[in-house]
Amino acid sequence: MKKHLVTSLLYTVITAIALGIVYPLFVTAIAHTVLRDKADGQLVYDAHGQIIGSKLIGQAFTGPAYFHSRPSAAGTGYDAANSSGSNLGPTSKALVDRVHQSVASETTSGPVPVDLITASASGLDPDITPAAAMYQVSRIAPLRRVSEADLQALVQANIQQRQFGILGEPRVNVLALNLALDAAHPAK
Amino acid sequence: MTTNGWLQIGLFCILILALARPIGTYLTLVFERRRTWLDPIFAPIEKLLYAATGVAPDEEMRWTEYLVSMLMFSAVTAILTYLVERLQGHLPWNPQHLPGVAPDLAWNTAISFTTNTNWQAYTPETTMSYLTQMVGLATHNFWSAAVGLALAIAFIRGIARKEMKTLGNFWVDMTRGILWVLLPLSTLLAVALVSQGVIQNFKPYDTAKLVEAQKVTATGTDGKSTTTDVTTQSIAQGPVASQEAIKMLGTNGGGFFNANSAHPFENPTPFSNLLQMLAIFLIPAGLTVTLGQMTGSPRHGWAVFSAMAVLCLAGVLTAYWAESQPSPLLAGTSQTASATQAGGNMEGKEVRFGIANSALFATVTTDASCGAVNAMHDSFTPLGGMVPLVNILLGEIIFGGVGAGMYGMLIFVILSVFIAGLMVGRTPEYLGKKIEAYDIQMAMLYLLIFPLVILGFAAVAVLSPTLGLSSLTNHGPHGLSEILYAYASATGNNGSAFAGLSANTHWYNATLGIAMFIGRFLMLIPMLAIAGNLAAKKSVPATAGTFPVTTPLFTILLTGVIVIVGALTFFPVLALGPVLEHLLMAAGKSF
Repeated sequence: MKKHLVTSLLYTVITAIALGIVYPLFVTAIAHTVLRDKADGQLVYDAHGQIIGSKLIGQAFTGPAYFHSRPSAAGTGYDAANSSGSNLGPTSKALVDRVHQSVASETTSGPVPVDLITASASGLDPDITPAAAMYQVSRIAPLRRVSEADLQALVQANIQQRQFGILGEPRVNVLALNLALDAAHPAK
Repeated sequence: MTTNGWLQIGLFCILILALARPIGTYLTLVFERRRTWLDPIFAPIEKLLYAATGVAPDEEMRWTEYLVSMLMFSAVTAILTYLVERLQGHLPWNPQHLPGVAPDLAWNTAISFTTNTNWQAYTPETTMSYLTQMVGLATHNFWSAAVGLALAIAFIRGIARKEMKTLGNFWVDMTRGILWVLLPLSTLLAVALVSQGVIQNFKPYDTAKLVEAQKVTATGTDGKSTTTDVTTQSIAQGPVASQEAIKMLGTNGGGFFNANSAHPFENPTPFSNLLQMLAIFLIPAGLTVTLGQMTGSPRHGWAVFSAMAVLCLAGVLTAYWAESQPSPLLAGTSQTASATQAGGNMEGKEVRFGIANSALFATVTTDASCGAVNAMHDSFTPLGGMVPLVNILLGEIIFGGVGAGMYGMLIFVILSVFIAGLMVGRTPEYLGKKIEAYDIQMAMLYLLIFPLVILGFAAVAVLSPTLGLSSLTNHGPHGLSEILYAYASATGNNGSAFAGLSANTHWYNATLGIAMFIGRFLMLIPMLAIAGNLAAKKSVPATAGTFPVTTPLFTILLTGVIVIVGALTFFPVLALGPVLEHLLMAAGKSF
């Protein structure tokens, strides 16, 4: 009994140092040597060197002249230090009411692509579907004084296809799309 | 449902099938202490570790001694985690200056990670320091997986050995599992994940200036709404990749962030998603091959693999179908799959994964006892959400957790052999061992503890408005599913959740902690007792009357026994939860 206890204590301390400190530091060393930008979260900077987000982390866009991102349940919305889904069930009245409210507030006609009015799992989804981006073109085009065809071309250029042609789903990064929008067609 | 969706699911199945044999063969070499190509690196470390900790590697243990070593080690590691959590405010690598964790939550979390459950009643990025995540939690991802692996190997030895009293040496099995299997695989996977964008750093959280400032209106407890300007976004950082890798390989599932593998920093691309799903099944699928090789009956290993594969496919098909269906409650939305959208039920799912990958991940993570999620199970359709729930309730033996799935499955194998014996009226045999009353008593004990804990605690919670029901986010039948899922997940050591349940209360922290403890340690005792008993038995030669365990007929019988035992135990409560909710949703009801 005592022998097992001593072994347990020693084994715990030694392997805790090896697996809890040496191993993550080793991985960090490799990551920082060969993949520095990715290990640091692929931050996006503006012209003044100010961090304006991460390529991987969604941001809220709610103004009419921007492509909207999905609803978010992370903190007060897109809180990247407090990720969360809504966890509302399929028969939740709160979910049904929230969706109907979102649908009613859309100014574009036609059924709303479902990802645009549903909260993501992380609350930080950086993407919307190509359908959701195209759906918003007719709202944004007049506000940016650009033709719908030009805006559709901008969306098309920002579609990320399936990885290796098969994995995942086609998607549009909202932050990247809106930055491209601001650059090409600044709001008045 | 789309062609591409089926292709992705098919690709995953083919890869698992292709990986099972090489990994299983490698595991056999490692645990039979034969030569491998990693010996030059790890053999000296192994020797040093035994010398430093006083382990005599050639001393074999009886099942009781194996059990005591395992329990002692688990207790010591649990206490370490509890202390690190409580003291993190005074320890380094805490750039956000997070305070010590509250006692009941720290207890719950220590049990949770020790038992390979990784139930998380907290939001990691606002609760746990980098040091706690690394030393307090990620270490358990290695330890608890290695313990599970060791126990499965001990059980397989029990079947394979003849007239022996011992099952191997716990410390040797642990050490070889960590050094030869988990550590090298984790290192490789961690670097692969970083290449996809999983972060790995020790920075304090970054602050980004939002491109479009937001006004956020919140309604306070007094009913008044206040509007605040939000101009910045705080972006959580941390050593994620190193933890993410072992979280999946060890079927632990405890996320570095609250959103787990749905968080873009934990699972940024569809390829990282594929790697994570493969990592969950890699060792459990390999163990079926190991079972066949170590018991000298490779075809038996594949017969068990086939039963697992059939049940896995049934789950994936059901979940994918259910999640692709449009919700009748969400009028005015476009939910049809097309070239430009996945459609279906997108609440609680990420666009990059869509429906197929979310349904597949949910099935895989609950077939195994992983519990990582890339979509929120609570927001699944009633029948889609029933798939992960049923997977857990069947005992997580469809490939299952690292080790735990294998020995759980072997209990069902013994039960199947017994039932086959009853049908023909002979003493049942399993790979040359007579299965007798003691073995069946222990197997039934194993099978009964599980539903007793789940249904017992869930019944109390459902009947108590203050303790149980006050934590619900969703009402109606879905509320029952939330509570049932919590106790199933804890007892099954899964760790995923219908996360609408606010589980960080004294009641849930305490009872879920007990459920996790029983689900891991009390169920081990009958399992090891069977192993010890089998090892001591004589081997009898197979005769014409022996029921072969290598045939498709055996696979069908085994699958049938699993489904019937699960259905007899849990059908009533499933009818009141997900099934009822499905019918009410079709009738347009919401709660």
